[in-house]
Amino acid sequence: MVALIRHRTDAFFTGLGRFGLLLGSAFSGTPHLRLYYRNLTEQFVRVGIDSLPIVALASAFTGAVAAVQSIYQLEGSFYLPKTAVGSFVTTSVILELGALIAAFILAGRVGARIAAELGTMRVTEQIDALEAMGLNSASYLVLPRILAGVLMFPLIYVVACTVGIGMGIVVGETTGVIPLATFIDGARLLFRPYDLFFGVVKSLAFGFAITSVSCYYGYYTSGGAEGVGRSTTQATVMSCVFVLLADYVLAVIML
Amino acid sequence: MIEIQNLSKGFDGRSVLEDVSLEIRDGETFAVIGRSGSGKSVLLKHIIGLLTPDAGRVLIDGTDLHALSYGELRKIRRQFGVLFQGGALFDSMSALENVAFPLRTFTRQSEAEIMDRAHWCLSVVKLPDAGSKKPSELSGGQQKRVALARAVALEPRYILYDEPTSGLDPQTSATINDLIVHLAETLHATSIVITHDMNSVLAIADRAGFIHERRLHWTGTMEDLRCCADEATLAFVKASEYVI
Repeated sequence: MVALIRHRTDAFFTGLGRFGLLLGSAFSGTPHLRLYYRNLTEQFVRVGIDSLPIVALASAFTGAVAAVQSIYQLEGSFYLPKTAVGSFVTTSVILELGALIAAFILAGRVGARIAAELGTMRVTEQIDALEAMGLNSASYLVLPRILAGVLMFPLIYVVACTVGIGMGIVVGETTGVIPLATFIDGARLLFRPYDLFFGVVKSLAFGFAITSVSCYYGYYTSGGAEGVGRSTTQATVMSCVFVLLADYVLAVIML
Repeated sequence: MIEIQNLSKGFDGRSVLEDVSLEIRDGETFAVIGRSGSGKSVLLKHIIGLLTPDAGRVLIDGTDLHALSYGELRKIRRQFGVLFQGGALFDSMSALENVAFPLRTFTRQSEAEIMDRAHWCLSVVKLPDAGSKKPSELSGGQQKRVALARAVALEPRYILYDEPTSGLDPQTSATINDLIVHLAETLHATSIVITHDMNSVLAIADRAGFIHERRLHWTGTMEDLRCCADEATLAFVKASEYVI
């Protein structure tokens, strides 16, 4: 038992060290601008633009469900005003749901893709080929993916919030329970610009967590196709874990 | 010149190479032979600094590769072209882009010059029309030839080949062997070929080294190999489907 704990502890700190080394190497490289520009724009599209439809879809349903549940609770209460629906939907989407739902989708979609892509490159010696050419493979492969995640996630978050709140309004209107003006009054009542700032900071942290963790698992893949599968699963699971951890830590620090 | 001095390497407590010493002279083609899993590829990865030895040194023109900083090591690596066992082509790029990649990365040539050079490299490996194809659309032999074109695009001083003919039919293997000889002559490069294909060794190598039971068991010229009396080396050579 003691040996197992010692082994796990060693593995944890070894992993942490390798994660630090990978990030250090990625951020210390001298960029070959022509190559990096192309790679970076490609990652912006793959991480950001290509993720928008699925994030918008998930956010739409999240906003709609939040509105339906709020209306349900409103109907069971004599004390809550109708404006509470707008307040509840807007606040919950901006403070939590917008960023968190988008993060989980990105962990599955982007995190898995990054880990599978880098993992396959590792087991087919493509990463060795980059290194053998004299290129800093971490800087070439990892840096653009992390930058794309960090810079595109706030945009994804804003889209998620807009669509989520928009669907809340649509549900309020179509059910005839909460008119648009009432919803907006409610939304304004509890809205604080700081909440939006908090959401953007969270989305930056989530973008970094998902892409860096996925790059780590993909970059250090070993063991052929089975290894790629293992890395992909680990990347997705650990991305979600780090997102939840970052969510809690940021809430404690910033709220 | 490449010098390997008393190199030892193990993985997870299992020794793969022990006390290997070897000199590879400028301009020669040196074949490293041995059974599968004998540590040939591990030796090659030490020569390019992709692995760090547990003991011993690898010297490139007198410079200890593993005493260098990562930046200095990358500069030295630019003198090498490596053909990996599976080709290691970047599968997101076409064949032409693969060959152009090192040129775009390490030269200041214009796009037109890069394309000219990449097309020329593809024609050298006899694949002038394969430029637009993705690696997945190429056969194993074609992938290796594109990878070879990429490896020599920057006219390296040293070309390393990891199992260049493994998995290929005899005719394609012969084409690859011809290319290895042709490139060594035209580029005046030092070539190191990791292989267990004795036909290939006899066709291309000036000297060979046999790795057996973790050690460099035998080295010599092709003439030495033909009259070799060492039991283990002979057993390996005779087990190959070739005719001396």
